[in-house]
Amino acid sequence: MSVTHARDAEGIEAGSGEQQARGAATAPRPLSSRSLRNAIRKDKFAPYLFLLPWLIGFFVITLGPMLYSLYLSFTNYSMLGDPAWVGLDNYIKMFTNDPKYLDSVRVTLVYVFVSVPLQLAFALLLALILNRGLRGLPLYRSIYYLPSLIGASVAIAVLWRQMFGRNGLINQVLEVFGVQGQSWIGNPDTALGTLIILNVWTFGSPMVIFLAALRQIPGYLYEAAAVDGINRRQAFRHITLPMLTPVVLFNMVLQMIGAFQAFTPAFVVSGGTGGPVNSTLFYTLYLYQRGFANFQMGYASAMAWVLFIGIAVVTAINFWFSKYWVHYDD
Amino acid sequence: MTTNHDTSTGVRYGRKRGAKRNALSHFMLIGFGVLMLYPLIWMLGASFKESEDIFTQIAPWPDPATLENYVRGWSGSGVGFGTYFLNSTVIAVLSVVGNLMSCSLAAYAFARMKFRYRNIFFACMMATLMMPHHVLLVPQYILFSQLGWVNSILPLVSPKFLAVDAFFIFLMVQFMRGLPSELDQAAKIDGAGPWQTYWRVILPLTIPALATSAIFTFIWTWNDFLSPMLYLQDPSKYTVPLGLNAFLDASGESAWGPMFAMAVLSLGPLFGFFLAGQKYLTTGIATTGLKG
Repeated sequence: MSVTHARDAEGIEAGSGEQQARGAATAPRPLSSRSLRNAIRKDKFAPYLFLLPWLIGFFVITLGPMLYSLYLSFTNYSMLGDPAWVGLDNYIKMFTNDPKYLDSVRVTLVYVFVSVPLQLAFALLLALILNRGLRGLPLYRSIYYLPSLIGASVAIAVLWRQMFGRNGLINQVLEVFGVQGQSWIGNPDTALGTLIILNVWTFGSPMVIFLAALRQIPGYLYEAAAVDGINRRQAFRHITLPMLTPVVLFNMVLQMIGAFQAFTPAFVVSGGTGGPVNSTLFYTLYLYQRGFANFQMGYASAMAWVLFIGIAVVTAINFWFSKYWVHYDD
Repeated sequence: MTTNHDTSTGVRYGRKRGAKRNALSHFMLIGFGVLMLYPLIWMLGASFKESEDIFTQIAPWPDPATLENYVRGWSGSGVGFGTYFLNSTVIAVLSVVGNLMSCSLAAYAFARMKFRYRNIFFACMMATLMMPHHVLLVPQYILFSQLGWVNSILPLVSPKFLAVDAFFIFLMVQFMRGLPSELDQAAKIDGAGPWQTYWRVILPLTIPALATSAIFTFIWTWNDFLSPMLYLQDPSKYTVPLGLNAFLDASGESAWGPMFAMAVLSLGPLFGFFLAGQKYLTTGIATTGLKG
């Protein structure tokens, strides 16, 4: 008895000794005050080491250039020689003496305010249908999401250019029905429409967000409503829609910001011109032409700042209006 | 008896109507899906058609089928598409590596470390999320041209190593904040420093967010058109979208077949990445160690 006891005690002792040794070898030694100070200093600097890439990126590639761009917007600069200070001239010229600029603003506003609501309507409708507990949801979701993934690519813009051209797919289909087609891209009245269709086609990404939001609506709301004898349509009107409004706002803000900055489809479809007759001259396309075809860096910077402010204002209006229609639970 | 009978028919009736409604929904969803994807399917088919058939065949399947478009398209206009694909791959892979490294480092600091100015820096990071890329277009171009980096991939790739895509930092921060804080404490008790905690404990658990970031970085850089157009001037350095656009400029509207063939190839990696990644994403956190 006593022998085993002693052995047990020895075992315990040996074990704890081992633990101590291991602890001493790996843990920061808290004993001497100098190493304590070192450890604290290390802890203090460590976060900044982790942040270092971001800090460099933020100051050198984002904040610095941003301020420089603000400065450039008050100058004329062609990358040869020094920027020449002209005050507010660029901004004044834009709105009073540059009809092409005003065209680009009009085209962009039409594009944003027609395509985004249509896109969201499709997204919401499909999300509601898909949310009814149908089988094969993941497959449908993937199919509808796919265009969002590739909608901004050159490959799709090339396809669009063929489809809506004079001898394109759309006119082939129309011919079957005896309708004489036209070049939808060559006609200034319809060219922008083809780009709007392209953006509506990419309704999959807001749809996925709607689907996720629909799943978050707690089931007890519908159960309680059913107990109160509320029918399906009323439940949709008074539960589903209000619960979705925050996500509608989120999607709207996100998609509008994206649409304001659309570039590739307009560039490829119009061959970089924004034609015919400026009908596809997106804001960013005109900015590109001014900055990188004419090398008017000052003017392009001023345009970029107006775009920035414009997007901020539209976003702010969106949020301000939201208090009239967005429902928050608490 | 009668009531019993009534309810049973009622239930049966309801079930039948439900099945009918479902069938109708499936019918509409499939029809609409086909309509949406038809242009893509048609383009895939057209890439195997002979030139004159592209303008006459509405049906997607090629009759007769030919590989000539791929052969003709691959040589592109001057520089071949093999070069473009190589260039695009190099840029996309470097961008993915850069974003994963730099964004996860920053996210770890924001999500799991305490330091002065953390909130200010975090607010700065969030502010850059909302800024349109175009404000930086001109000054960054001037910066990179003064560094002599124009006509190289450095302006496209180096920002990724400096965590400029705040969206991914935000994504990873959100994910890392969801991990229990006991993990860090346990690691500290075991004697791990911040670097080891980041590398051995937090990063392996963040894999779903890393996968999402990798997939989106790849897709965005693969599709990107404006930045490569600004910085890559030499056709031998072109990416696939630039190559496609140059091809369109050079051949006008006369070579739809080869153009479609190359467009289909350019979309290939996106489809692959999406399909492979989707499975991974849905598996999510359940397989990564935190089971309860």
